[in-house]
Parts: sequence; structure tokens; C-alpha cells
Amino acid sequence: MYTFSSKLKTLSLALMIIGLLGVGYGFLSAPASIDEVKVLLQESHNSHGEVAATADHSVAEKGDAVQSEEAHAEHVYHLLKNKPWSALYVALFFFFMISLGTLAFYAIQHVSQAGWSVVLFRVMEGITAYLPVGGVLLFVFFVLSATQNHLFTWMDPEVVANDVLIQNKASYLNVPFFLGRAAIYILGWVLYRNYARKMTIAQDASTDLSNYRKLFKSSAAFLVFFLVTESMMSWDWIMSLDPHWYSTLFGWYVFASLIVSAITTIALISIYLKGKGYLEFVNNSHLHDLAKFMFGFSIFWAYLWFSQFMLIWYANIPEEVTYFVTRFNDYKVPFLGMVVLNFVFPLLILMNSDFKRVPWFIVTAGIIVLIGHYIDIFVMIMPATVGDQWFIGISEISSVLLVLGIFIYVVFNAMTKAPLLAKGSPFIKESEHFHY
Amino acid sequence: MSKKVIQAMYNDDDILMDAVKEVRAANYHIEEVYTPFPVHGLDKAMGLKGTRIAITAFMYGCVGLVFSVWMMNYMMIEQWPQDIGGKPSFAFIQNMPAFVPIMFEMTVFFAAHLMVITFYMRSRLWPFKEAENPDPRTTDDMFVMEVIVEGNEEELIAFLEKTGTVEIKVTEKH
Repeated sequence: MYTFSSKLKTLSLALMIIGLLGVGYGFLSAPASIDEVKVLLQESHNSHGEVAATADHSVAEKGDAVQSEEAHAEHVYHLLKNKPWSALYVALFFFFMISLGTLAFYAIQHVSQAGWSVVLFRVMEGITAYLPVGGVLLFVFFVLSATQNHLFTWMDPEVVANDVLIQNKASYLNVPFFLGRAAIYILGWVLYRNYARKMTIAQDASTDLSNYRKLFKSSAAFLVFFLVTESMMSWDWIMSLDPHWYSTLFGWYVFASLIVSAITTIALISIYLKGKGYLEFVNNSHLHDLAKFMFGFSIFWAYLWFSQFMLIWYANIPEEVTYFVTRFNDYKVPFLGMVVLNFVFPLLILMNSDFKRVPWFIVTAGIIVLIGHYIDIFVMIMPATVGDQWFIGISEISSVLLVLGIFIYVVFNAMTKAPLLAKGSPFIKESEHFHY
Repeated sequence: MSKKVIQAMYNDDDILMDAVKEVRAANYHIEEVYTPFPVHGLDKAMGLKGTRIAITAFMYGCVGLVFSVWMMNYMMIEQWPQDIGGKPSFAFIQNMPAFVPIMFEMTVFFAAHLMVITFYMRSRLWPFKEAENPDPRTTDDMFVMEVIVEGNEEELIAFLEKTGTVEIKVTEKH
């Protein structure tokens, strides 16, 4: 039985408090009015010495210039207002997707009757314990988005009134349907999660395999549900931030990001718990398998990233390519940097079979992969909401700390609720003696 | 130079594994083991070194990648930088995404084929090569362990007989 160490509990609470303070600061420091933005813009113009250039404009152009400056200030004002919201959204989605990816991986292990991963079931169940919490947080966030902020432009009736493209999508992109869909996805995932948890714990004490069989069937059903809802979730929650843009493989691309972060988190938490002496039945062959999954899915992610990018770059159709043009112009370092973090590093670090058995190697690679996939989500969301006003500053970092604190608290708290070995599974002996 | 070897036959891979461990523990030198199928863990029991073929494959892959980059840079950028459908051929990096499928395939092609050829060369396999198995049954259901005779032959035979062998043959190996 795992006991939540007081050190870790303090750490998670400290993260939550620091994060909350930072997030609060982020909201307070966002500009309160358009006039404030004008002052900001003037200051930055002055510091760039652009005043001289604007002074050369002829008198006839002056009227237009003032008007466009007004529009520009309003645009920047919305972007800056969105910044703390987006920062929070990226963090909320990132940790939620780790939990969701773990649930998908967990269901796959049941359905494929994998022999090696049974000893890690309780770790995975611990991680998925964040799912209901994160789901509620995200749902509250979406309700707030419909009323308080400007992240999803199609939620703004004023924007829709002037935008034929969004009007044509209004039968799908409207607030009640959006919230209803989100509720169905989250409910479906949480239901399976709680059911699976109940079944494995019941299996521990049972003398026959009826719970195991129920779990097998429900996992298969969940995977079908997941495949559909994950894809729709990625359209709803991420792609609809750019309501003029669409990509067919977007759902799989988000899935790749989700599953690789999930497996990495499973590996990191397993290594942590093993280091504390709670998982003596986990050997380095289990870690080796997790590291192989990290390696493989990192390459899978890169494959989908590149497929999406290259097809759009090659054809260069203006209505599609703007998505990448903004990312290339305003987000060059994170956009290309994440390819290094998510593909090149894991490829080189995790290629060697011996390295995949060394915990500190997996931890190093894992941290790089998680940072890379945070940036991946960042680059998916930020260009649509804050545009060129992005910056990884107090808002972004403290949002991550806040949600990380909640995540650690919920996950490790759930870990104390059941023995860390799912001893009822028919594959448990095979898993304990797993050796590669 | 020919040397005298004893061929001990086994009809079960588990017995063979135990025999290999015993023979090694008694400090006899195992010349070769012939099996009809891969016996899991036999290499470890025999104390064979791990293969380095994966390392060669990695290096061949690097060669393939470099070759493809060089080839396409030479052909598409340096030699005749045409405007083909508006693709930017001013610098390699600008048109790089279009080259990636070829770079990938070349890397895999070089890594795979050169590794296979390396394997054939290192394990001396080629068409019309004379088969080396000492007994045709080793390709069907028999396992043969060859132990070099050093010192007392009778003693070695007596030792091998205790390891579960079904047949023992003393021959010259060239």
C-alpha cells in the first residue's frame, strides 16, 4: 500500500499556491482597456524608433492611419486579454490529455491482453484519477469561455454576424451543442475510468474471472467510443480556435501527442515509485517496454506532424496555409524547437537498447518529451488566441505549476486508495516475471 | 589444421541448455552448437558476445541520409535550380520538406540493405555455399553440441554422456 509522502503533498500544495498567485497576477496584469493598449503600443513604437516612419505619411493618409491604429489597438487588446486565459487553457488541456492518453493506453492493455503491463495498472489508474477533476475544470473553463473570454471567436455573436464562413459552421459550432458534446465526452471517459477501477479492485478479491471479462468487454467498447470522441474533442477544443481552418488528420495528430505524453508520465511515475521502493515487482524490462513505446510514439507523432505540415506546405492553398504561416512567422522557435524536443532528442537518446533500461536516461528523455509536448499544445492553441503577443512568462509558467500541483495531489492521493499490485489479473504472474 | 571434436546430440532444447551450462562450468571449450531453430537464451548460456549489427545499421542509415541530402542538394539546388511549380529552390532548407520522403526512404534503404549484406558477409552466407551442418538431423529435430577434445578424451565422453545426450560421435573437424 502506498502512502502519500508528506514532502510530496507539501510540494503539490506549494505548487498550487504559487501557481494560483501567478495566475491571479496574470489576470490582473492583463490590460483593462483599449487605451492602456494604445499606451503600450506607443511605448514599443518609440523604443523601436518607428515614430519617424509614421510621421512621413501624407495628410490624406492620416485619417486611415488613425482608424487602422484604432483597429490595431483593439486587436492587440483582445490578444492580451486572452493571454492569461490561454495560458490556463494550455495547462489544463495538457494535464487532462496526459490522463486521457493514459486511459486509452490502459484500455489497450486490457483489450490486447498484454502480459507485461499488468504490474503497472495501478499506476495508470492513479494517473487517470485526474480525469474527473481535470474534466470538471475544463468544463468550467468552457462555460467561462462562452461568457467571460474571447478564446473561441465563434462563440462571439458579433464575430459570427460578420463572418459567413463561421455562419456556415454554426450548426456544429454553437455554444449549447459544444458544451453538450464536451459533457458527453468527459462523462463517457470518466464513466469507463471509474468502472474499470471498480472492476480491477473487485477482481483482486474475487475467485473467478467474471470481473476481468466485464472489464475486457467494456475496454473494447470504450476504445470505440474513445476513437470517435477523441477526434471530435480535438476539433471542438483545439481546431475550433481557428474556425476558418481545418485539417483531416488533426484528431490523430492530437492523439499522438496525447499518447506519448501519457506513456512518458507512466514511465516517470513508475520510476519515482520504484525509487521509493513501492514497486519491487517492476523490473527494468517493464521500463524498457515503456521507453520503447515512448520512442515509437515520438516517431509516430513526428510522422503525423510532418504529414500535416508537408501536405499543406506542398499544396500551399491560401486558406489552409495561413495556419502554418502564422506559426512560422510568429512562433518559429517553439514551432521548430518542438520537433527537436519531440523527435530528434527521443530518437537519438532512446534508440539504444541499453539506455532504455537506465532510469535516469528515461527520466531525462521523459522530461524533454513532456516539455516538447507542452510546447506542442502551446503552438496549437496560442497562435489562434494571442497571436504574436505570446510569451512564456508568469502566466504560462504559473498555470502549469497550478495544474501540475493539482495533478500530483490527485494522482498520488488516488495511488494510496488501493494496493499497487493488481493481483487479481489472470496475467499477473506473467507480468511479474516479465523479462525482455 | 584439423582438430578432434566430440559431437554430442540432444533431442530437447531444455536439456541442451542445461548441458551447455554444465560443459561451460566444467571448463570445456564448446566449439559450436547446431540447432534447428533459435533457442532463446542459448547465446547467453554459451557466453557469446552481443551482436553489433544494430550499430552498423545505424551508421549505414546515417550514410544513406547524408547521401540523399547530398544528392538532392546537388541535383535540385546546385546543378539546375529550376522553378518547378513555384517550389523555392534557392537553398536546400527552403525546399527541404519536399525532400524528406526521399531522405527517409534512403536512410531506411541503406540501413536495411547494407545491414543484411553485412550479416551475410559476417556469417559467410551466399548462394552455392556448401552447407556446414555436421548432421542433417540438426535442421529437423536434433541439437548438436561440438566440444573440442583437449586432454583426456575418455573423461570428456564420460562427462558428456551424463548431460542427457542421446548420441555421441568423435570426428575430425577441418
